[in-house]
Amino acid sequence: MFISTAFAATEEAAHGATGVFPPFDPSSFASQLLWLAITFGIFYYLMSKVVIPRISGILGVRRDRITRDLDEAQRLKEESDAALAAYEQELTEARNSAHSIAQTSKDKAKAEADEKRATSEAALNEKLAASEKQIATIKAKALGEVDGIASVAVAEIVKELVGGSISKAEIDKAVAAVTR
Amino acid sequence: MANDPIHQFQLNKLIPLDIGGTDISFTNSSLFMVVTVAATAAFLIWATSGRGLIPSRTQSLAEMSYEFVASMLRDGAGSEGMKFFPMVFSLFMFILVANLFGMFPYFFTVTSHIIVTFALSMLVIGTVVVYGFYKNGIGFLKLFVPSGIPAVLMPLVIMIEVISFISRPISLSVRLFANMLAGHITLKVFAGFVVSLSGLGAAGIGIAILPLIMTVALTGLEFLVAFLQAYVFAVLTCMYLNDALHPSH
Repeated sequence: MFISTAFAATEEAAHGATGVFPPFDPSSFASQLLWLAITFGIFYYLMSKVVIPRISGILGVRRDRITRDLDEAQRLKEESDAALAAYEQELTEARNSAHSIAQTSKDKAKAEADEKRATSEAALNEKLAASEKQIATIKAKALGEVDGIASVAVAEIVKELVGGSISKAEIDKAVAAVTR
Repeated sequence: MANDPIHQFQLNKLIPLDIGGTDISFTNSSLFMVVTVAATAAFLIWATSGRGLIPSRTQSLAEMSYEFVASMLRDGAGSEGMKFFPMVFSLFMFILVANLFGMFPYFFTVTSHIIVTFALSMLVIGTVVVYGFYKNGIGFLKLFVPSGIPAVLMPLVIMIEVISFISRPISLSVRLFANMLAGHITLKVFAGFVVSLSGLGAAGIGIAILPLIMTVALTGLEFLVAFLQAYVFAVLTCMYLNDALHPSH
């Protein structure tokens, strides 16, 4: 309502000035079209040749930079993962080799101990055998001597008790019969 | 005359020029076209001159407007539509800045003249028609023949499609022009009420508060409309370009 009254009121004024409502005045069209073509043409040229390539360049550089940084971060992450894996691997290996070293040295020590024990046992057995042999010899010798002593004693006893003498061969025979 | 809401659309010849009987004077409209173009181009060039990896505030503004139009065009016309990016970007920025400059008191609103908006919309439709035939040949006419329509209805549908296509430049230009014109007239009328009511004495000054509030509110609305109409123009441009790229719908 306000607008229409205002419109009506001013229509006259406008008509008074040029006779037509200015936006619909065809006499101004050529000038407006020409200047629009010039200004918009220049604007289009500036936008398409300067501003748009520049902004798309800026955005492209930024996108590339972000992509590159992300790639770099990814690469570094992979590197650190690899280093971690290598570390784990080496740790496992070290643990395994420590274990095997321990095992080897334990085995070796055991083997050496066994060997030593075997050697000393053999030596001891040898000594034991030698001693037994010596004991046997000594015993035999002693027994032999016992026979002699017995014979002598028998001869002496017989001489003392019976008087007279018995041949040595007979005595030996009798002693042997008793002791054997 | 100060209260005349039409006065703001009056063209004044600043530098009268006449070639072969045709008036091509440099008018206040021409001046504001130059101002719009110069200010926008200067701002965008200056804002992006740093080429900062981390944008400054102004560079960020330039990048935002670029990405705003780019995503609008990509959504509307697909990635092939990006070859029209300079045109859509120029149109959007030109109309937006011209509309916003129109909001300054005493500034001329370039887009409030039907011939200007009609020329811009003819640029769009002309591009659509020329590129549509260039790319699709006669297949561009499939635009008027929707698929899956019974043969009986075909003539009617084709007629409707043709009329709707022809009315596009008209609706595109009238929408922008009428919004700018009506908005500015309304603003001027309400502002005029403030002045005329104030002339009626104390009571008038008291009542004048109401149209003053209205003027303030309308100013806010007009800033919205200034942006919205530039946006609508650009979005419709993208949709029409999509028809040129993919005529069969």
